[in-house]
Amino acid sequence: MNDSRPDPSLLLTRLREEEGTGRGHLKIFFGASAGVGKTYSMLQAAGKLTEEGVDVVVGCAETHGRAETALLLERLEILPRVSVDYRGTTLAEFDIDAALARKPQLILVDELAHSNAPGSRHAKRWQDVQELLEAGIDVFTTLNVQHIESLHDVVSQITGVLVQERIPDSLLESAAEFELVDLPPDELIQRLRDGKIYVSERAESALNNFFRKGNLIALRELALRYTAEHVDVEMQRYRHVHQISEPWPTTERMLVCVSNSPLSVRLVRATKRMAVALKAKWYVAFVETPAYLRLPDSEKARVVQTLRLAEQLGAETLELSGESVSEELVRWARTNNVTKIVIGKPAQPRWLEVLRGTIVDEIVRKSGMIDVYVITGDAEGAPIPWVKRVRSSRKPAYYAGSAGIVALCTVAAAVMTGHFELSNVIMVYMLGIVIVASLYGRGPAVFASVISVASFDFFFVPPFYTFAVSDTQYLVTFAVMLIIALVISTLTARIRLQAQSARLRERRTAALYLMSRELSCTLNLDDLISIGLRHIAETFESKVAVYLPNFEGVLQVLVPLDGLDAGVAVWSFKNKQPAGLGTNTLPAANALYVPLFGAKAVIGVLAIRPADVDRFLAPEQLHLLETFGNQIAIALERAQLADDNERARLQVKAEQLRNSLLSSVSHDLRTPLATITGAASTIVEGSASLTVEKCRDMASEIFHESERLNRLVGNLLDMTKVQSGNLKVRKEWCPIDEIIGAALNYVDERLTNRHVRILIPADLPLISVDSILIQQVLVNLLENALKYTPDGSELVLRASVSDQVAQIEVADRGPGIPPENVEKIFEKFFREERSDRTGVGLGLAICSGIVEAHGGRIWVENRTGGGAVFKFTLPIEGIPNLDHLENADD
Amino acid sequence: MTNQPNTPLILVIEDEAPIRRFLKMALMDQGFAFEEALTGREGLTVLASRCPDLIILDLGLPDMDGLNVTKELRQWSDVPVIILSARGQERDKVEALDAGADDYLTKPFGISELLARVRVALRNASKNSKSTVESNITFGEVAIDLAKREVKVAGEEIHLTPIEYKLLTTLVRYAGKVVTHNLLLREAWGVGYQAETHYLRVYMAQLRRKLEQDSAHPRHLITEPGIGYRLKL
Repeated sequence: MNDSRPDPSLLLTRLREEEGTGRGHLKIFFGASAGVGKTYSMLQAAGKLTEEGVDVVVGCAETHGRAETALLLERLEILPRVSVDYRGTTLAEFDIDAALARKPQLILVDELAHSNAPGSRHAKRWQDVQELLEAGIDVFTTLNVQHIESLHDVVSQITGVLVQERIPDSLLESAAEFELVDLPPDELIQRLRDGKIYVSERAESALNNFFRKGNLIALRELALRYTAEHVDVEMQRYRHVHQISEPWPTTERMLVCVSNSPLSVRLVRATKRMAVALKAKWYVAFVETPAYLRLPDSEKARVVQTLRLAEQLGAETLELSGESVSEELVRWARTNNVTKIVIGKPAQPRWLEVLRGTIVDEIVRKSGMIDVYVITGDAEGAPIPWVKRVRSSRKPAYYAGSAGIVALCTVAAAVMTGHFELSNVIMVYMLGIVIVASLYGRGPAVFASVISVASFDFFFVPPFYTFAVSDTQYLVTFAVMLIIALVISTLTARIRLQAQSARLRERRTAALYLMSRELSCTLNLDDLISIGLRHIAETFESKVAVYLPNFEGVLQVLVPLDGLDAGVAVWSFKNKQPAGLGTNTLPAANALYVPLFGAKAVIGVLAIRPADVDRFLAPEQLHLLETFGNQIAIALERAQLADDNERARLQVKAEQLRNSLLSSVSHDLRTPLATITGAASTIVEGSASLTVEKCRDMASEIFHESERLNRLVGNLLDMTKVQSGNLKVRKEWCPIDEIIGAALNYVDERLTNRHVRILIPADLPLISVDSILIQQVLVNLLENALKYTPDGSELVLRASVSDQVAQIEVADRGPGIPPENVEKIFEKFFREERSDRTGVGLGLAICSGIVEAHGGRIWVENRTGGGAVFKFTLPIEGIPNLDHLENADD
Repeated sequence: MTNQPNTPLILVIEDEAPIRRFLKMALMDQGFAFEEALTGREGLTVLASRCPDLIILDLGLPDMDGLNVTKELRQWSDVPVIILSARGQERDKVEALDAGADDYLTKPFGISELLARVRVALRNASKNSKSTVESNITFGEVAIDLAKREVKVAGEEIHLTPIEYKLLTTLVRYAGKVVTHNLLLREAWGVGYQAETHYLRVYMAQLRRKLEQDSAHPRHLITEPGIGYRLKL
C-alpha cells in the first residue's frame, strides 16, 4: 500500500511557502499572443480592487494606443517612469526604486518579459518583479506564452521566430495565480484587421508573419496546456497544504547528460518538460573528461551556462569527472536510483561512429534496468556574452619546436647510419615523437609523426634525398611507423593532459586547503576576514572587499576598496544572488558581488575586483570562487556563533555577579541599619526605665554601626571606580614608610588590641605610586586582618625593595586561608564562609584592582606557624629628580 | 542677642537640614553661639552683618561652591574657616585650603573630631590677633625652643637641617591644623617648588626619623594623604 507519510522535500517546500507569507503574491495574466486583451483584463481587475479599497498603483502599463485601455488607466494612480538615456534616445522605464519607496499593496507591472534599458538595476523586468515580491508587494503582470523558457524551442519551431526575451520557469511556478486571457484565433485576427492591436500598416505585415492562423492555433494550445499544468500543480499544492492524503506517485528520477555541444540546452529543456509531465525529480550532469580540459574557454563557458539554465529550470546539477562519460554517468545513475537517462543524439559522422562507437551505445549497453531516451535537436548558436575567446599564442611556437626536435633526430640518425640498422634509426625518431608529445601536446606530436616519416623517407631510404621509394617494402615500414607514432603521441599527450588537469585540481585543492586550515586556527572575526580576503586576493589575482551587516542589520564595508558600489552589495545581500560584473544584475559595475552563504542565512557579501577580467570570468574560476566564499562564510558563521556563546556566558556571569552584589549589599546594609533603627527608636520613645547609662550604650551602638555603614559605602564606591575603569592613578614619588604610617593612623583606634610590628629598612628608596590609593590598599588589608584575627594576636608589616620592585606584606596570625580559596579570595563578593563576620567581600577585590592599575601583583600565602600573609608588589619606574634637594639644603 | 565676648559665634553654611540641626545641637551644647545660612550668598551676608568667630562651610552648596565662597570672604575677612567635604574630594579640599580655609572635616565625622578642629582654629585665630607666639613647645618627648632655635628629644639635643627646622616651625605655627603641601613648600623652599612634593616627603620622612619613636607609626607628625601634614600635639 502507499505510504501516506509526506515526502520530506515536499514538507520543506510547504514550510517555505508558509514562511513566505511576508512575500508578495504574483498574479500573471497569461495569453497566447499579443492582442488577446491581457493588459485590459489586468487593469479591469485592478480597477475593481481599487473600488474595494485596495491600495493599487500602476508601475507601468502599455496601452499600445488602445482607447479602451487608456480609459481604464485614467481611474488608477500611476507611478511616474524614470528616464534612462540610451545611445541618444531617452527611454521611459519602470522606476523600481520609486515603487519600493511608495510600497503599495498591489502594483501593476505590464509585460513581464520586457528587457530593461542598459544601465538599469536589473537586465530584465522579471528581476524587478522578483524584488517587488521580496519586498512584500503584490504584483499583477502580463505574459505571452512564447516567453516561457521551457517552451522556447517549441515556440521557435512553430513560429520560426527566435524569441530573445525569456522568463525562467521557476518564477512562474511560484506565481500564486495564473489567469488565462483567451481569445479564439479568428476573433484575434479580426481585431488585428480592425486596427485594434497594431496600427494598420504594421498590422498587415504582422498578419503575414507571426499572426498566421496556424501559428495562433498552436500558440493558443500551448497557452491552454501550460495553464492546465499550472492548475494541476496548484491543485497538488493545495492538497499538500491541506494534508489531503493521496497515493504518492512513484518517484521517477531523471538524469540528463550535457556536454559543451550547443544542443545541450535543448536537451535540458526537453527533459524539463518530461520531468514535469512525469512529476519526476531531475538531475543535469556534466562529465569532466581529459578531453574537456583541452577545450577553449568559450566552450567551457557554454557548459556552465547550460548548467545555470538547468538550475533556473529547477534541476539539480552535478559535475562528475572521469575518463569515460558513459561509465561515470551510469555509475552515478545506479547509485542514485535514477530511472531514466536522457542523452543527445550523437552528431558525429557515420564512419567515426563505426570506428569508435558512440556514447549512446555504451550507455544503452551498460544501463541495465534504466530507461534511456535519445533526443535530437536544432543547434542553437547562443552567443556567449561574457567570455572572450582566448587564442593560445604559443601554438605556432609548439609546431616550430616539434620541427626542431625532428631535425635534431635527423642529425642524430645521420650520425648513426654508418654503424646501425635502419630499424634503430626509426627508434631515434620514435624517441623524438615521445618528447614532442610530452612537451607540446597532441597536435604538434601528430605533426612531428608525419614529418618524421617524411624525413626518414627523404634522408635514409634509397634513393636518398627524394621522396621516391625504390623498394615497395618500405611503404609498409612507413605505414607501421606512422601508426606507431600516432598511437604513441596520442597516449603521451593524454597522460600529459591528465597530469595537467591533476595539477590544476591539486593547485585548487591546495589553495582551498591552505585557506581552510588557516581559517580553522582562529575564531577572531577580524583575523578570519583578513585570512579569507588574502587567500582570495592571491588565488584570483584580485582586489577583494567584504560587507557584513552591523548590529542593526545594515550592510557595512569592513575592508574598503575604491570604486565599490554599496548599492550592488545591498542588492546581492537582500536577493541572495551574485550581482555586478559578469552577472545579469548591474553588469556595468566594476566588481563582482557574491553573497556569502552560511548554514542559516546569507551572512555577508564579498566584492571582488579582478586585475584581469577575462581570466577571472573563466568558468572554473567562478566555481572555485563560490567554494572559497562558502568556506569563508562557514568560518565566519562559526566565529559569530562562538562570539554569541561567549557573550551569553559573560551575560550569565554578570547576572550572577549582580545577584550576589544585591544579596550581599542588601544583607550588609540592612544589618547595621536594623541596629541603628532599633537603638534610635528606643531612645526616641524613651520609657521611664531608660537610664542615661543605657541611652549612652545605645548611642554608641548607633555610632559603631554608622561607621560600619560608612566603610561599606566607601568600598562600594571604590569598587565602582575600579570596575568602571575610571580609576585614575596619580603617581608621585613617595617614601614607603609615609604611606604605611598614614594607613596605620587611619585604623589606629582599632589597632589598640593587636601587637603591630613594623619592619621597614631605613634606606628604602622612594616609590612612584598614587599614595592615596596605596594607603587604601593597606587600610583594606589591615581591616581584613582585624576582622579575621583574634584580639591580642600579632600583625607584621614588612616592606622591601629589590630589582626595581617594591614589595609590601601584611602578615597575621589568624586562621589562614584554605588552599582552595587562595586564588578566589581576590574575586568580587568572595567571602569566607563564616557566619560571625560581615562585609560584602569587596575589600580585597579593590586591593587587587588598585595594585593591578599600578602594574603590580597581589597574592596571599599561608604562613608557617599559622596565619596568612598578603603580599603585593609595585614596580619602581625611573628615579626621582632630587637635584634641587641637596643644593637648597646644605 | 548680642555676641558675648566669651561665647564665640559659629556660622554654619550648609544646605542639608539634618546636618545643620546636628551641628546646632552639638555646638550649642558645647557653649557656642550658633548662626546658620543655607546658601553661599546668604552666608556671606551673615558674615558681613554678624562677624562670626568661625565659619563651618560645606563645599557643595546649591548656589556657589565652597571654594568660591572661601576666595570671596578671604578678600575682606580673616575669620577661621573649616571645610566640610565628602571622601574622595582631596583636590577640592587642597584648593580650598590653599585659597585660605583653615582646616577640613570629611563627612561623616564624629563630634569629638569637630570640636577638636573648632578649638584649634579658634586658638590659632586668637593667637594670631594677639600676636604672642609661645617660644617653648613640647609634644611627646620633643621640646622646641623657638627663641634658641633648639630642638631636644628626650632631653638630647638633635641637629636639624635648615629646611627640616623650617618645616618643623611651620607645622608648630599651625599646630593641630592641617598644613598643605603647597604652604610647606613655599615656606621651606620659596615660590616655584609647588610641583616638587616629593622633596617635602623626603624631608618629612627624615624629620620623623629624628623626632618620632616609630617613624612608620607616627604619633605627632601626621600625614593627611593627598593634602599635607598636621602636627598633633
